[in-house]
Amino acid sequence: MQHKNDMIAWTSKKLRTKWLTCFFIIAAINVIRCEPYIPQAGSNVLEKIRITAFDPAAHGMHELRARLTADPGNISLACQFTRLCIERSRSEADPRFLGRAQSALAPWWDEAVPPIDALVLRATIKQSQHDFTNALADLDIAVHSDPRNPQAWLTRATIFTVLGDYPAARQACLPLAQLTPGLIALTAVANVTSLNGGAEPACRLLRNALAANASASADEKVWASTALAETEVRLGRVLEAEADFKSALKFGRRDPYLLGAYSDLLLSQGRAREVVDLLKDETRADALLLRLALAEATIVPQPATLQTHVATLKARYESGHLRGDFVHQREEARFTLQLLNQPREALKLAQINWQVQHEPADLSILLETALAASDPSAAKPALDFIQTNHLQDVALMNLSEKLNHK
Amino acid sequence: MKNFAPALQLRCFYLSLFILLLLSVFQTRAHTQSTSYVTFNVTSKNISGEWDLSLRDLEDAVGLDVNDDGVITWAELLARKDAVSAYAISQLHVRGDGQPGSLRIKELLVDNLSDGNYAVLRFDVEGLEQPAKLELSYNAFFDIDPKHRGLLRLEDNGITRLAVFDPFNSTQTFDLTKEVPHSPFLTFLIEGVWHIWSGYDHILFLLALLLPGVLLRRDGKWQPVSAARPAFVNVLKIVTAFTLAHSITLSLAALGYVHLPTRLVESAIAASVVLAAFNNLVPFFAERGWMVAFGFGLLHGFGFANALRDLGLHNGQLAATLFGFNLGVELGQLAIVAVFLPLALSLRRLLFYQSFVLRFGSAAIIVIASGWFAERVFDFKWLPF
Repeated sequence: MQHKNDMIAWTSKKLRTKWLTCFFIIAAINVIRCEPYIPQAGSNVLEKIRITAFDPAAHGMHELRARLTADPGNISLACQFTRLCIERSRSEADPRFLGRAQSALAPWWDEAVPPIDALVLRATIKQSQHDFTNALADLDIAVHSDPRNPQAWLTRATIFTVLGDYPAARQACLPLAQLTPGLIALTAVANVTSLNGGAEPACRLLRNALAANASASADEKVWASTALAETEVRLGRVLEAEADFKSALKFGRRDPYLLGAYSDLLLSQGRAREVVDLLKDETRADALLLRLALAEATIVPQPATLQTHVATLKARYESGHLRGDFVHQREEARFTLQLLNQPREALKLAQINWQVQHEPADLSILLETALAASDPSAAKPALDFIQTNHLQDVALMNLSEKLNHK
Repeated sequence: MKNFAPALQLRCFYLSLFILLLLSVFQTRAHTQSTSYVTFNVTSKNISGEWDLSLRDLEDAVGLDVNDDGVITWAELLARKDAVSAYAISQLHVRGDGQPGSLRIKELLVDNLSDGNYAVLRFDVEGLEQPAKLELSYNAFFDIDPKHRGLLRLEDNGITRLAVFDPFNSTQTFDLTKEVPHSPFLTFLIEGVWHIWSGYDHILFLLALLLPGVLLRRDGKWQPVSAARPAFVNVLKIVTAFTLAHSITLSLAALGYVHLPTRLVESAIAASVVLAAFNNLVPFFAERGWMVAFGFGLLHGFGFANALRDLGLHNGQLAATLFGFNLGVELGQLAIVAVFLPLALSLRRLLFYQSFVLRFGSAAIIVIASGWFAERVFDFKWLPF
């Protein structure tokens, strides 16, 4: 009798919380539902167009654009502007700037063999847009016509690493290391090695490289530290990985890739609240908004912002589809699996993604969705890949075992 | 106090959550790549539309951040309204059956799409007479960003078409449908339903009256009615009274026998919502919910009449139009009651319902309706809904 009363009391209490949550969810949804409106005051801020008010890169861009409009055939201006755009697209996680960069290269965009600088930048833009085949075609021409161009080799190495063609990636790293010995080349080499059976040596290499190159730029050190941390995650060394992520953050760059990788570690450790603290202001970048939403979904009680974030992400992916963009498959698969709870659809997305790229995250989502959809045969390409390349990754090993028991 | 089994309560909860979510239909559009959204509405009377442009894109094409502080304020956007309008007109061309139409920008607003604020230009297309073919040429931002896309939604007499403008498909032609002549009764029935479902003030008024509908006031406290039937009858009385009253004034006003200024009517409607909700907390209307419903229903009828007038009455078939619209409003209301009543009935015994839902719900309604009252009386927009 007492137990029954307790149950009733407990249920009423739970309902009360749920009703409150419900109310706030509805309120939140109605906020995002917004109709067009007239702002209340002239001083209302509508949009922040630079990360900081005095960002010199952003400031220079306007002026540069104006000069370029007056002189569109000026290749050095064009390349300068393009480089700034590419950098901004990365640092602000806003792909809009890649479009701006492409427009600056318009006079050379369709040429078979444009000047080398324009060619390499064109390849970089295509790579950022996941157009790997055409980017590699450009880089083939680039390294053939200018074998001493380090940017071309670096971009080649990066693309091959993403594609999972580690022998080719290693081959691209050799000239890179000869041309620009330093942190960048070492990180590129270590990246490939860590995925190709040499995770331990890669860690040692990166640690030594970081120690020996203390005077390198912050961006380079962030890249190297992130690569080190990711390798340690794959080796299952959670404490070391976290220490390295934290030291990467100390270099003062809120690099979206770094934030995403660190959040993934925290999420795998069940530390969702820390992810929310880390990412609560990063709602512009889709990849970070996704991790924020994933974290919020596991917190009890669920924050009111979760539904808004889920709705936002859904709308962004749909808008991308309407436009004809299909570059977010990996993230969309993760979203579909873990937030929409649709394993079959998520598996389809993961499989489409697998056609394009073969990074550990791509392997991971393919295995996860195959497991959730109870379709072990769909995981075969991933399992074969891991075996062929001697890829060391504890998380992937766990997933493989679960799949083998299905 | 006897409570229902916890399992039933939980079931009720999930059902109500699903329904409430359905009711708050949301519509978000967003992107991270450079995209703008153009909507064209084609009716037999005119062609109008709306164009949502990202402030980030406008900054690069037209320049908005005049003081160069890295931030765009409403004042800055407003100051550049002419430049933005001129840019829009120069980048979007409309031709109907070969004849050029001209875009006239009516107003500039802002909309918060999920990745930031957009400038919203509402426009009319002038100079075209019910064309059979509509040709749209879109070129915005392509010169600075070949990855920009214009997403088009063409609403053409009830048919929706979607299209994407890109640098290789910047001009597209659409065959417009002829308006199918059908009974105004059906059209206005649907309009009536839609009007009440999108009329938050009417819905909140109804809710304010219905919340205590499953309760009785006794000894200064709310008590649940003992059986479902009295509650059902009570609610029926309230809804019928409301319906009867607004049917009367709707007809009188729509036929032109009575005319009240819009702002007065809208403000009074907001006030009625406040009072109805307030009555739940501090009863001063005694217990006659249906009298309140009737009295204020007369007022709401004038509000519906204004909406009907905006839709345009077909003078030739006045009776069908009026009857259809009225019936639509009734059906829309009944749908809401059909959702609300079973819920309220099942929860009425819970202290939680009596204290929390009734009080908090009524308080929330008071707050929102007071906001509307202030907006309508002082003629400004503050709430987003």
